[in-house]
Amino acid sequence: MTDWLNTLLQGVLLGGLYTLFATGLSLAFGVMRLVNIAHGDLIVLAAYVALVAVETLHLPVLAAAAVVILVMAAGGYVLQRGLLTHTVGRGILSPLLVTFGLSIILQNLMLEIFSADSRGLQAGALETASVSLGGDITVGALPLMIMGTAIAVIVLLQLLFTRTTLGRAFRATSDDGETAQLMGIDTKQVYALAMALAMAVVAVAGVYTAIRTSFDPLGGPNRLLFAFEAVIIGGLGSLWGTLAGGIILGVSQAIGFRLDPGWGTLSSHLAFLAVLVVRPNGLFPRTRDR
Amino acid sequence: MTINDKPIARPARSGLSRRTLFKAGAGLAVAGAASAFPAPFVRAAQTFKIGFVSPRTGPLAVFAESDDFTMAQVRKATAGGVQVGGRRVAVEIIYKDSQSNSNRAAEAASELILDDEVDLIVAASTPSTTNPVADQCEINGVPCITNDTPWQPHFFGRGGDPKVGFEWTYHFFWGLEDIIGSFTSLWSQIETNKTVGALWPNDSDGNAWGDPKRGFPAVLAEKGYGLVDLGRFQSPADDFTSFLIDFKAKDVEIVTGVVPPPDFANFWSQAGQQGLKPKIVTVAKASEFPAAIEAIGDRAEGLSVEVWWSPVHPFSSGMTGQSSAELAAAYTAATGRRWAMPLAFKHSLFEVALDALKRSEGPGNPDALREAIKTTNYASIVGPVNFQTGPVPNVSKTPLVTGQWQREGKSLELRIVDNALASNIPVQSTLVPIGAKG
Repeated sequence: MTDWLNTLLQGVLLGGLYTLFATGLSLAFGVMRLVNIAHGDLIVLAAYVALVAVETLHLPVLAAAAVVILVMAAGGYVLQRGLLTHTVGRGILSPLLVTFGLSIILQNLMLEIFSADSRGLQAGALETASVSLGGDITVGALPLMIMGTAIAVIVLLQLLFTRTTLGRAFRATSDDGETAQLMGIDTKQVYALAMALAMAVVAVAGVYTAIRTSFDPLGGPNRLLFAFEAVIIGGLGSLWGTLAGGIILGVSQAIGFRLDPGWGTLSSHLAFLAVLVVRPNGLFPRTRDR
Repeated sequence: MTINDKPIARPARSGLSRRTLFKAGAGLAVAGAASAFPAPFVRAAQTFKIGFVSPRTGPLAVFAESDDFTMAQVRKATAGGVQVGGRRVAVEIIYKDSQSNSNRAAEAASELILDDEVDLIVAASTPSTTNPVADQCEINGVPCITNDTPWQPHFFGRGGDPKVGFEWTYHFFWGLEDIIGSFTSLWSQIETNKTVGALWPNDSDGNAWGDPKRGFPAVLAEKGYGLVDLGRFQSPADDFTSFLIDFKAKDVEIVTGVVPPPDFANFWSQAGQQGLKPKIVTVAKASEFPAAIEAIGDRAEGLSVEVWWSPVHPFSSGMTGQSSAELAAAYTAATGRRWAMPLAFKHSLFEVALDALKRSEGPGNPDALREAIKTTNYASIVGPVNFQTGPVPNVSKTPLVTGQWQREGKSLELRIVDNALASNIPVQSTLVPIGAKG
């Protein structure tokens, strides 16, 4: 019994990581209707930026995380203004193709610059620190932190969307870009800010990825897959839904893994398909966010 | 001529290939002087082309990191040509990326054969590179030398018959029996409860290692080890809680497996979080490369792994004359990177290739080259290579020992700790339980 409880608990915590993977994607899709195929590779890129910040600039991990967030956010702004803005309004296919190309370019650039070695960020005692919850159950401090961060990120984004002018601009542009423009909103600027925000979340996901396990330049597409599934399960554009999606993925994976190690990844994909069949728009489509 | 030898697939090889003829013609036109006997000139222009297929990009790219260095060494060693039966033959290497994909590897090999008309193909790094490349060579009748795939997946994986063997393709590496033998010998060094927890992913390696008859389980049972095997897991896996629960419940003191680096890093930090403290962790793949060990950090101290080559191996290169230690040092000096096992194996591919070339009749005579490879008896940087003495035809076995990552000042060094199967390789230390101060 405690084994199962433990399994479920670890699955929920894993969901926190998937939520962080997915939130940036959810944001970009919610505001811009942009499906960013390079999302996973950008997470890996953020992990490498963190690595450079720690190993080359000798920053402590926390300061490095701040640097990574700034760098990635700035990068997101430039990426949107310089490249992705040209794909807006040209149908669904052109941003897909452009970001697909970007994904391949990023993977090979990282391979060229950082080599194929798997790398990791050293976070000392944090990596193995744990909290005992009685019985045989201990949970790692790091997974708890990741979950806490995921929830904090979602709460902050939710506040930003509902309480600020920028959030209103995001929602207005998302609902009807042309009318928003008539009202004096610079949609290009709004898109670029949304991308910067999405990349800031990607940066957080990247730093945690780097601490949690080792990574290499080609791990991106796999992360994209989980991010994508979490977004779809939760319902497009819904931030809390993304959290629910991430947790569903994590828990179903943990259960599958417990039944048979070969079913781990499969069962989260099955959960994804099941949700699609029952609720094709996801669990909480466009609910409170818009 | 056998069924495998299909000359339709490529032009019949004569002393003159289209290319050399063209070059010779151009040379004559430039010279402007019509020689009545152009034959010697053509001979001098002969080039022995070696096709080299390697996973330059993709998940296996870590195996190909020393390729540029190795090719530079070969080009330097053959700069003035190679003496073949009293004449000088130039050597050219044509490098193709397999993109870590077996279909692409087959395509690369067939391009090398049909478009570049290479005389020989060499390839290395896991069954997904060596098997498709060797298959293409066998079909097209081109000599082929491969390594860095345990011989069973290479030989049986291609449908090899131990009675017949292959005609054109030759392979040298260790086998599953070596890895099983050396791991169990290593584990017997320290007192444990002999309970082994297995991490075998659902891939070609994991399935071969975990095979109930030919893999670890049978031998472990025979030697009195208890095995905790939950089944093949899907890689990449983000959560290893299920394994940890069972390993803890059954008091696993030895963890083994063949795990990709990110999965192992993940398993090992979760093991730390959830309180699994094995005495021995011998995991292949994840702890073979210095960079992967550095990625794990301090907690990598005490991990053990099989060692196919190291700077203390008492072998030297017939191509450059370097000892194992000198090769590793030269690599570090040239690239700033630490040595890794594929370095010497890539090097040895070209050693064996050039040795065979010297004993052959030069470019354009595949039959003679094949005979030369077949009768190879060569002392390479990874040990003796002799395709007559292997467990099955076309295969030569190289020695295998085990090592442990032990602290040496600030960094972790891989030290040989057990040589039960290859006593000619010196041990540097003994196995220290993880967490104990050695």
